[in-house]
Amino acid sequence: MAVTKVVMPKLSDAMESGKIIKWLKKEGDRIQGGDILAEVETDKADVEMEAFGAGVLRKILVPAGETAAIGALIGVIAEPGDDIGALVASAAVGGAGAGSGAQKTPLRAEPAPAPPTPAAPPASSPAPAIPTSAPAAPVARPAAVVSAPAAVPAGLGQGTPGARVKASPLAKKIAAQTGVDLRLIQGSGPGGRIIRRDVEAAGSSAAPAAAAALPAAVAGAEFEDVPLTQIRAAIARRMPLSKAPVPHFYVTSEVAMDQAWELREQLNALEGQPKISVNDLVIRACALALLTHPGVNASLQGDAIRVFHRVHIGIAVALEDGLITPVLRDCHAKPLAQIAVEARDLAERARNRKLRAQELSGATFSISNLGMYDVTEFSAIINPPEGAILAVGSVRRVPVVDETGLGVGRRMMLTISCDHRVMDGAMGARFLQDVKRLLEEPLRLLV
Amino acid sequence: MAVMTYREALNMALREEMHRDPNVFVIGEEVGLYEGAYKVTQGLLKEFGAQRVVDTPIAESGFTGVGIGAAMAGLRPVVEMMTFNFALLALDQIVNSAAKMYYMSGGQFNVPIVIRGPGGPAAQLAAQHSQSMETYFYHVPGLKVVRPTTPMDAKGLLKSSIRDDNPVIFIESETLYNVKGEVPEDPDFLIPLGKAIVRREGTDVTVIAYMGMMYRAMEAAEELEKEGISVELVDPRTLRPMDTETIIKSVRKTHRVVVVEAGAGFAGMGSEIAASVTEQAFDDLDAPVERVTGANAPMPYARNLEKLKTPSKDWIVAAVRRVCNANGS
Repeated sequence: MAVTKVVMPKLSDAMESGKIIKWLKKEGDRIQGGDILAEVETDKADVEMEAFGAGVLRKILVPAGETAAIGALIGVIAEPGDDIGALVASAAVGGAGAGSGAQKTPLRAEPAPAPPTPAAPPASSPAPAIPTSAPAAPVARPAAVVSAPAAVPAGLGQGTPGARVKASPLAKKIAAQTGVDLRLIQGSGPGGRIIRRDVEAAGSSAAPAAAAALPAAVAGAEFEDVPLTQIRAAIARRMPLSKAPVPHFYVTSEVAMDQAWELREQLNALEGQPKISVNDLVIRACALALLTHPGVNASLQGDAIRVFHRVHIGIAVALEDGLITPVLRDCHAKPLAQIAVEARDLAERARNRKLRAQELSGATFSISNLGMYDVTEFSAIINPPEGAILAVGSVRRVPVVDETGLGVGRRMMLTISCDHRVMDGAMGARFLQDVKRLLEEPLRLLV
Repeated sequence: MAVMTYREALNMALREEMHRDPNVFVIGEEVGLYEGAYKVTQGLLKEFGAQRVVDTPIAESGFTGVGIGAAMAGLRPVVEMMTFNFALLALDQIVNSAAKMYYMSGGQFNVPIVIRGPGGPAAQLAAQHSQSMETYFYHVPGLKVVRPTTPMDAKGLLKSSIRDDNPVIFIESETLYNVKGEVPEDPDFLIPLGKAIVRREGTDVTVIAYMGMMYRAMEAAEELEKEGISVELVDPRTLRPMDTETIIKSVRKTHRVVVVEAGAGFAGMGSEIAASVTEQAFDDLDAPVERVTGANAPMPYARNLEKLKTPSKDWIVAAVRRVCNANGS
């Protein structure tokens, strides 16, 4: 029967390596094609990894908590009779560079060629030399046995070197079941040990607990080095790839939101209708405006500008340890209510890290809204290969002057960041003008 | 049910078993004419005669050996140690003969003997008479070790011990002889060996204790209740075989364990229970198992020092607060 290599799949556009959160199958389990083998933490989300191939999961080469590069062999599916020794041995050598930097204990190969010296107990007293008196065959067996414990510490590593997490066994069990990342929790037990109540608190309100955790950790120390999470590392890697090569320009406009605000309140007063947020109105306005300004719904692809006919909008969602941009597809074809429902669902699943990989790629335009943080205006960094991103500020009550004199109005600042290689200032300004008009005459969003 | 003292419950158990089985007899120092140093054998000589209530010289090794021989020959002796500290003199008989006979005779001779008497710290009995002697015996394969906490347990467990076909070490306590409690008068009332009991239901921490320590743990539980800490109390009753099933079940519920024992902690019952809990319920622990034990020193005679050596209610309360991380938070 065929031997199937299980390799770290590429689960998102920007993924370079993935961390095994946990194996859902164990060695010896029978696998059907399509079974979920493991959960993998990518730079964006936690993704389930499917098996391609049937047989028995003979070997797990990268234990939970460890990181492997895309394409690295992480397991072997084969029939019980198949010889996988050579394949496994090759992984032990070739895969060494794939790690996260955590100490990479040589993974044990079946024939255990390693000399037993590292695992041999320190000879404090001259132990009787077994090999001289025992027959050859039994001697080989203990050697194989002693090599096994040597592989164990690899599985115990927390993924980040030198950052062993102290947690009670029960806390670890609950964290594994609920998907809480122990590295983000401050323990309240003796010596900072994470105990059950810490995990449960983190699980019930992930963001506040983690936010409270970091400042609390600074007890007397001048600073601490918080290891980059996968998602933070991805942001750190990718943002310079945007800001440096992509020539950004910015166009800002102020939008009168009085009517949009009133419309939203009327809509939200309707029984049985989904609640509409300001951001939903902005998404809808952008979707409509992008249809009439396809030059903004575009991307530089080498020698050509690719103009998209469909509008897929990435919606930035803040997480406690970073930012993620799930994609709301075909916004141009969706009524406001559907946008509201789908956007909320995406945001919630983003916070719970339950997004599927395909929901994280393929945006043609993005929106970043910091309105809930009482931000007047800001400018965002384009998420390549997209051509533009819209930054949305708060809706503020401000003094306004109109024909009748001084009054109070609701205003919101929009700033679009554009890739100058794809479009020019006037193009961005015309697009923004249309978005402004759609929001200021918001019945247009409903037709 | 009748309310009676622990001493009376033991006496009742002996009397009932002697009536039930003519092979049961009592042997030891002062058990007959004097009716027992602690009056556990009161009235038995008058009722059953000198052939079944045998006074001996001060010779523990000798009369224990007599008991073992009688048991091998088919009788069911109940050997009284005036205090269990004196059983040290009979240790070879108990460990090398009673415990091993069944094994070494290839099953030809079993030894249905009960060796009973008071042990553990009491009141100013000093270094040689205050030892928690169970430690010496539960290490030995072939011995069962019983420590009954209440009058009801004293009766039910002593009767089961007498009916058991193998040697049972049955250690009472000077401090408990006058404790009163409800005891079933039913002559067939038995408590099986090897069964623990949950004396108090709780949700936050399991405290395991027996004998005098259980009474202190009960006081501690009441005090902790006022602080909002719900203590579950488990009494093993039989130390060997240990009912780990009941203990583990409780640990899976509370996730924290404090073991209390009067004797010195090193290689004590607390260590044994801590190891079992770690082996069988590691993933259920939210804190390391805490032991509350007597200090690692001989028992002083002076009352103030005796107090410092022996676990108190306050020690237990403090340990529970530690495993619950309730100290100062």
